[in-house]
Amino acid sequence: MSESAVLKTTPLNSVHRRMKAKMVDFGGWEMPVLYTGVLEEHHAVRSSVGLFDVSHMGEIEIRGPEALDLVNYVSSNAASRLQIGQAHYSGLLYDHGGFVDDILVHKVDEDHFFICVNASNQEKDFDHINLQNRMRATVEFAGDRYAQLAIQGPKALDTLQKLTRTELAAIKYYHFVDGQVSGVWARIARTGYTGEDGFEIYIAPEEAESIWVKILEAGSEFGIRPCGLGARNTLRLEAKMALYGHEIDASISPLEADLGWIVKWNKDDFIGKAALLKQQEAGVKRKLVGFEMVGRGIGRDGYEVQVDGVCSGWVTSGGPAPTLNKNIGLCYLPSEKAEIGRTIQIMVRNQPVEAVTVATPFYKRAK
Amino acid sequence: MYPEKFRYTKEHEWVSVEGDVGTVGITDHAQHELGDIVYVDLPKVGSAITQGKALGSVESVKAVSDIYSPVSGEVVAINELLATSPEKLNEDPHGGAWLVKIRLSTPGEINGLLPAADYQTYVGAQG
Repeated sequence: MSESAVLKTTPLNSVHRRMKAKMVDFGGWEMPVLYTGVLEEHHAVRSSVGLFDVSHMGEIEIRGPEALDLVNYVSSNAASRLQIGQAHYSGLLYDHGGFVDDILVHKVDEDHFFICVNASNQEKDFDHINLQNRMRATVEFAGDRYAQLAIQGPKALDTLQKLTRTELAAIKYYHFVDGQVSGVWARIARTGYTGEDGFEIYIAPEEAESIWVKILEAGSEFGIRPCGLGARNTLRLEAKMALYGHEIDASISPLEADLGWIVKWNKDDFIGKAALLKQQEAGVKRKLVGFEMVGRGIGRDGYEVQVDGVCSGWVTSGGPAPTLNKNIGLCYLPSEKAEIGRTIQIMVRNQPVEAVTVATPFYKRAK
Repeated sequence: MYPEKFRYTKEHEWVSVEGDVGTVGITDHAQHELGDIVYVDLPKVGSAITQGKALGSVESVKAVSDIYSPVSGEVVAINELLATSPEKLNEDPHGGAWLVKIRLSTPGEINGLLPAADYQTYVGAQG
């Protein structure tokens, strides 16, 4: 990392430094990758509760009588099916069907949608949405107006409940409520990127530090850990959640990425629909599949995948799965070679190491 | 912190020489920078090793790092413990979690490596 590069920072940057977090450049943002250790932080989320600063994530607000029409047009999932107070995962797509970004769409009101987007894509997303805005809805770049914290794990509810009068147990998965956390406004969403139960809260940046401290205090009886991007990545990989730039990007469609469920055909036209229909009719040529290492070695992001000695695909994300005590990964393979149980070889430093394709998600929490 | 009898590289390996055999490992600074170590890849016994060339690799949860050999020679032993318990490298990098033993072909190479005090200064300056 170049010392002179000016990285963007979250409102909690000085807190992370004080806590001796190891900071890294993540897509132009200086973010904590770990505080004490990735494994410890990972296990804290699976067994109890962890707290993440995800204030780098961007927010875009769409308002006005035409807001629904615009969201429905730029987003592949059906925003018209959302209730007020409900959220869903979706794709912002190009005409050719590849991803501009993957997003969380929250319906705040009949004429107000709140969209959470990836940090390093937020300007691109904002420009993309504006370009499609023939409906003349009001589109606001709101990344600077919110800090975002993720409280994740089986003890997330008990931790956060101490700080709010909102009855958290009444918020269903992928729903949200505007309430207060420790006396200040907060959008409290039961969403996450870890495969555990938990909440993501959106708050004013100037409140971030005091709320961060209060959540750590509230969770101390459960052994709460501040968690960095390292654990966030191992957790999301076990749960098989996509990461932009890895499983998805401009060259990959939701059908290839095993995200067909975020494409709703039975709604008005949306960007990418025609290309996806064509792809669907012709048959998807490659598919995202999970694998487990059989031989000694770890398949890492970008490694080549061979089937019967022939280069057939690449690893999108790979590494140890601390909960499962295995080495796992996701890769693209030609559809005809993508069935579960197939032996494949991951080229680990020019040596083929055996792996087998497996059903995903790798980890699913007990309900 | 850094044993006086070891010599060190700027890539954060150490070597401890007894007779014509050097025991090689990575430093406490290196294990700390890597974080939780989950996999160690070592050469086979009998391999010829050249100073400054990759000897193997160490993987943490997030990344792969090459280990560069501080000395040249032939691998006469590898630490089997690390195949099953790579995390020992985080716990005891200067002791039980040594990586390989190398029969030195060019003992004079040792003189070009850093003494403990210099290495300490080097990693101190690195922050």
